[in-house]
Amino acid sequence: MNQPLAPTPDMRKVFDKPDLLLKTEHSLCPGCGEPIALRLMLELIQELGLRNRTICVAGIGCYTAFPMIMDVDVLQALHGRAPSVATGAKRVRPDAFVFTMQGDGDMVSEGLQEVIHSAARGERFTAVVLNNGVFGETGGHATATTVLGQHTKTTPGGRNLELHGNPIKISELIAQLDGAAYVARASVHTPSSIKLTRQYLHDAFQCQLAGRGFSFVEILTMCPTDWFVPPEAGPGWLADNLKKTYPLGVIKDQEGARG
Amino acid sequence: MSRRVLMEGSCAMAEGALQVGCRFYAGYPITPSTEILEYMAVRMPQVGGVCMNAESEIEAIGMVWGAAGCGVRSMIASTGQGISLMQESFAELANAQIPIVAVNMCRGQGDYFQATRGGGHGDYRFIVLAPASAQEAVDLIQEAFYLADKWRNPVLIMGDFLLAHTSELVEFRPSDELELPPKTWATTGAQGRRGITLSPLGPSEKLSTDLASALGKVTEKHPAIRAAEVRVDSGWVDDADLVVIAFGFPGRFVKYAVRLAREQGLRVGYVRPISLWPFPSAAIAEAAARAKALAVFELNAGQMIEDVQLAALGRVPLHAIGGISQDHSGFGVGPALTVENILGRIRDVYPRAAA
Amino acid sequence: MRATVTIDIETCKGCVLCVPVCPPRVLVMSEAVNAKGYRYPLLLEGCTGCELCAKVCPDYCFEVYREPLEERRTDSAAVPP
Repeated sequence: MNQPLAPTPDMRKVFDKPDLLLKTEHSLCPGCGEPIALRLMLELIQELGLRNRTICVAGIGCYTAFPMIMDVDVLQALHGRAPSVATGAKRVRPDAFVFTMQGDGDMVSEGLQEVIHSAARGERFTAVVLNNGVFGETGGHATATTVLGQHTKTTPGGRNLELHGNPIKISELIAQLDGAAYVARASVHTPSSIKLTRQYLHDAFQCQLAGRGFSFVEILTMCPTDWFVPPEAGPGWLADNLKKTYPLGVIKDQEGARG
Repeated sequence: MSRRVLMEGSCAMAEGALQVGCRFYAGYPITPSTEILEYMAVRMPQVGGVCMNAESEIEAIGMVWGAAGCGVRSMIASTGQGISLMQESFAELANAQIPIVAVNMCRGQGDYFQATRGGGHGDYRFIVLAPASAQEAVDLIQEAFYLADKWRNPVLIMGDFLLAHTSELVEFRPSDELELPPKTWATTGAQGRRGITLSPLGPSEKLSTDLASALGKVTEKHPAIRAAEVRVDSGWVDDADLVVIAFGFPGRFVKYAVRLAREQGLRVGYVRPISLWPFPSAAIAEAAARAKALAVFELNAGQMIEDVQLAALGRVPLHAIGGISQDHSGFGVGPALTVENILGRIRDVYPRAAA
Repeated sequence: MRATVTIDIETCKGCVLCVPVCPPRVLVMSEAVNAKGYRYPLLLEGCTGCELCAKVCPDYCFEVYREPLEERRTDSAAVPP
């Protein structure tokens, strides 16, 4: 501990790690945005009193390292398959608070069918996608959300319209489906965007609790390792590249998508 | 109260499942399993359960994974092609030790390898049971839920087109299964305890990195399952010169053909494996020890015959008397599946003259 | 001093995300490295307890301490609640 300016007795601790975080050490890269998103999810679960009935359905990606440090029940699914597992869980345990935690490669590449059908049916769980425009865990390969011009190991020189086609704007796609009640896109690259993420997650969770239908939050996260930039350049790269293709905001907020 | 009703095999199996507490079904229409999905779509809501017609077999097994992972008895049915699609999830939910009951209403009998060797990756095994009548299918599917929960291991029932679509009298007997411990491994919300992770990738305890022992648990139970869960039916083997081995509905045809052969003075017996995994190797070995020849009747290019070969260890000649046999529908009820044909093949390979 | 942070320098991975978000610019990266080989932030005087460093840190290295607002201001009647 580096404490040259130690807290004085009249100070109160105003910020601490989340109660539901079992350990601060994790294997994710310096400057990764995913742990920031995790913090927000755990804070909200605690605040809303959901811990005892939470079932998180985790996909496969770098964030697969999170379940072991989250003090909630986690059902680990296969790559792309969290929405169907979440469907089964929420259907048999409608009082549980069920949310998926997936990456863009997991949800938008491998598992696009699953999330689309879950949204169309209005399944009452919350899907959360951590979108960094790349398959991080395998070492930097293109996904359906890799943006034009983005260099990855499978789009060497940059994603190219002719060879690789267009990225998918998953939030806008999901919002078109009638069963989707709340759809929002946020980011964790600046303090104000982190605050927005927290708000959108909160509103999505409330959407589930109110039984309104399928709720969805896309969170743009930094991946300096597989963007091939230094960690401190992550937020700037996100702003200049990812955010340009994927604008932030609430895309859909509808009462009674499930009647 | 038990009573006998006339039901199609598919519907009888579905009803049997409901009566032992199956409360989640997911499936995708595919012949000849579709009637199970149809039956569940009507009956599940009536018993307070959930039936999902998923967007593909891949999502269907995902939904079953989710429901079963939360501790609810769950089931899925398909045919070989659909079972192929489910293999990744099959292999991995077996690694997570999530109990499910799956049904393959096969087209023919060409899915033996898929079922017993595991069409997916890794060292998992499914317990595989093959009924030869609607009543046996009801009994086995009810037992399947018990076995799945007892061993925390998936169980597969091998049916076929005939089982699916033949109406027979079935009786739903009250369950006499033993008590099982509560499913403390299931994700139900961490009330009063630390959270758990139910995962094919590692241990359920948070903060633990002991992958080896977590995955070891999956295969450690295989010898115990092999010892405890063999099921087999046999007849006329004590003095048989030729023993015919067959499974499923074709096994019922074989039994009839063997009876006719006996009436015609041939010393023939049969062994009908009911558990395909664990395979009744001991019964086959015993038959090989006493008979002069073995014959395998199966509607495929030769799959179970390999397990018979392993069990018999070359003690006596082994004949393949089945084969792929289809009609124009492709559902596996072809010209080979008649008593006349089977009896003819038995006569072809019956060991003649002095030993 | 009305606020401060504690920094878990051994958990820090030297990503430097905290330094540019600090409004009073009281975080600087060390010259020394921790056991993992990463430089880590050092706190200078002037922390306002705004929590921005803690919020952007991917490794949960910061705890933030602050004097409560009411106890800080004793000279003005027009104190916002």
